[in-house]
Amino acid sequence: MSETLAELPKTDGRLVDNVVHFTQALRKAGVAVGTGQVETAVRAVSTVGFSNRLDFYHILRATLIRRVTDLEIFHQVFSMFWRDPEFLESLMHSLSPRLESSDTSPPAAAARRRAEDALGDRKESQPEKPKTEVVDFAAFTWSSKRVLKTKDFEQMSAAELAEACVAIRSLKLPVKPFVTRRTKADARGSLIDARATLRKAARRGGDIQNLAHRTKRVRPPDLVALCDISGSMAVYSRIILRYLHAMAHTRVPIWGRVHTFTFGTELTNISTALKKPDPDIALGAIGQEARDWEGGTKIGEALARFNRDWTRRVLGRGAVVLLITDGLERGDLDLLEQEAARLQRTARQLIWLNPLLRYDGFAPLASGVSRLLGNVDSFHACHSLDSLEALSSALGTPDLRDHYLRLRR
Amino acid sequence: MAERPTSIDEMISTLASEGYVCGRDLGTVSYLALDLGMPLFLEGEAGVGKTEIAKALATMLGRRLIRLQCFEGLDVSSALYDWNFAGQMIAIRTAEAAGQSDRGALQSELFSDDFLIRRPLLEALEPHDAGPPVLLIDEIDRTDEPFEAFLLEILSDFQVTIPELGEVKAQEPPIVILTSNRTREVHDALKRRCLYHWVDYPDFDRELEILRARVPAAAERLSKEVVAFVHALRGQDFFKSPGVAESIDWARCLVALDAVALSPELITDTVGALLKYQDDIAKVAGAETTRILDQAKAELARAG
Repeated sequence: MSETLAELPKTDGRLVDNVVHFTQALRKAGVAVGTGQVETAVRAVSTVGFSNRLDFYHILRATLIRRVTDLEIFHQVFSMFWRDPEFLESLMHSLSPRLESSDTSPPAAAARRRAEDALGDRKESQPEKPKTEVVDFAAFTWSSKRVLKTKDFEQMSAAELAEACVAIRSLKLPVKPFVTRRTKADARGSLIDARATLRKAARRGGDIQNLAHRTKRVRPPDLVALCDISGSMAVYSRIILRYLHAMAHTRVPIWGRVHTFTFGTELTNISTALKKPDPDIALGAIGQEARDWEGGTKIGEALARFNRDWTRRVLGRGAVVLLITDGLERGDLDLLEQEAARLQRTARQLIWLNPLLRYDGFAPLASGVSRLLGNVDSFHACHSLDSLEALSSALGTPDLRDHYLRLRR
Repeated sequence: MAERPTSIDEMISTLASEGYVCGRDLGTVSYLALDLGMPLFLEGEAGVGKTEIAKALATMLGRRLIRLQCFEGLDVSSALYDWNFAGQMIAIRTAEAAGQSDRGALQSELFSDDFLIRRPLLEALEPHDAGPPVLLIDEIDRTDEPFEAFLLEILSDFQVTIPELGEVKAQEPPIVILTSNRTREVHDALKRRCLYHWVDYPDFDRELEILRARVPAAAERLSKEVVAFVHALRGQDFFKSPGVAESIDWARCLVALDAVALSPELITDTVGALLKYQDDIAKVAGAETTRILDQAKAELARAG
């Protein structure tokens, strides 16, 4: 392979051409590369020179890649691109904008496919076809077990859109705003602003007339919503997601960053889909993204995956976790209790919203419910979920956790 | 002032002589950072040696290491500069007592170099005898976006404006290293100005080399077993897998206990140096320790 590189003409013009073409291939594969980065790459390659292929690989990677999720795509594109010098020529013709991809974190196989797509290199992968079929077959058996299912939501009516605004406005959160370490000038603040005081004093020849004050800034806490979309919650998923969408898109922000996950048999991050401003488009995207609609619930497993893969990334700024589920666990109860306890320790506050408390005489008899109840900070419930406002008032009601924990005894 | 390495190989060997063993990938990126004068952005799990490389680079080049530890709410007065208010007050009182009434003179006295407190970023921009310092901006993911945006300005021009004093510009830009544990994604605009490198857990041979360099007192057999055991642990599903820093700590613990080889009892007694979450510790308790140790020893035997 190092001979291949040695054959590359070392004139600057060709080097720039090659790096630019390579960058285009990367962009086709979905990696965002800026022109400034290309310039850096060319500078870096010309300072080090083509000593060997491995260094060349590391140089391009260091200069062109900015995200850990892009590393695999880079690897695939690199190995295909520099495999064959002739290929560079044919590449110029094949780089037409015909294939687009929008996966956010593709596994290795997908990365390879995208790399091939980007380089117009489908034929080369023919010999590996039987292997792909095996994989496909495996995926099929797996999916038939899990009953993977996407979902289409009906469109919003104008009345529903207006209703959401009203519901959000009436929401009184059980959460206090977050006091940050940053401050702002405030005449009635409690902290003395020495810098401003002295600046003013200097202007008056050293006379301190009155003290300037500052106060600590507050910001709304981040929200992480974990939303159950299993069979028992199916009817209500539309109204709940609509509500979460409205919460994330209020004119005056009541939450900092909002991250949303759905779970049934698997855990799906739907934050990006929910960021779309139009609720119909957002819900449409979520319906396609989550693939375990109306299946079984394994709350414990979902929480375990969340704890392991996401807590460090989304709970770092003292986020509040809103867990929306009926608590009917079909998996391992010990796991549920253990993972809920861990989540409660990591989150600033763990709020359980049960939208399906159907009758007043509810007692936490289902063991999943009672295990979960002991490990949340507050519990809120609504008896009938016929409007968005029901959710707002449920969140606004006093915490019911201790009441139901007493009932259990 | 020590000379800058002139090739990637020299870079790797000089770092190794400072006790920092790194792979060719990290060596290349560090060499480029020095050569092109670009900031180096290192991302990776906790305890894989991101902070250590800044220290190694500073000793290697004989430069000063200036460290800025990030936290949420980090602001200009703790990152860049502050005024010595108590000193300023005394100066005002003295001026009053002496009957000084020239406003301009007082102003320039109060906001002079004497009352300026330099914080890490300002210090890094000022000239140093040994040459531009190594500026380590540690755990950038802990700060908030406003600070990131502020950093953007400094990293592109290496100059800042202090309203009371004027512009401060670095004659020679410092060597900047940013680290992140990826508890959140740092903004692209900042990353784009840097060379990016994802620091991964090292493979068996490199980790053994690191251990030899860092814990020379450990017997060869013990080092090998420690690395094999840690690698076996990394294959498991833990909340926090042990990093290189943990293997080094653990090896030091074992040396302090005069151990020459691992045994299940020894592991149980010292596992706190390796795993930091109660759930993770519970997972390897009892028979599981023996199983993982046997697996690690079998792996060692196979490798020869």
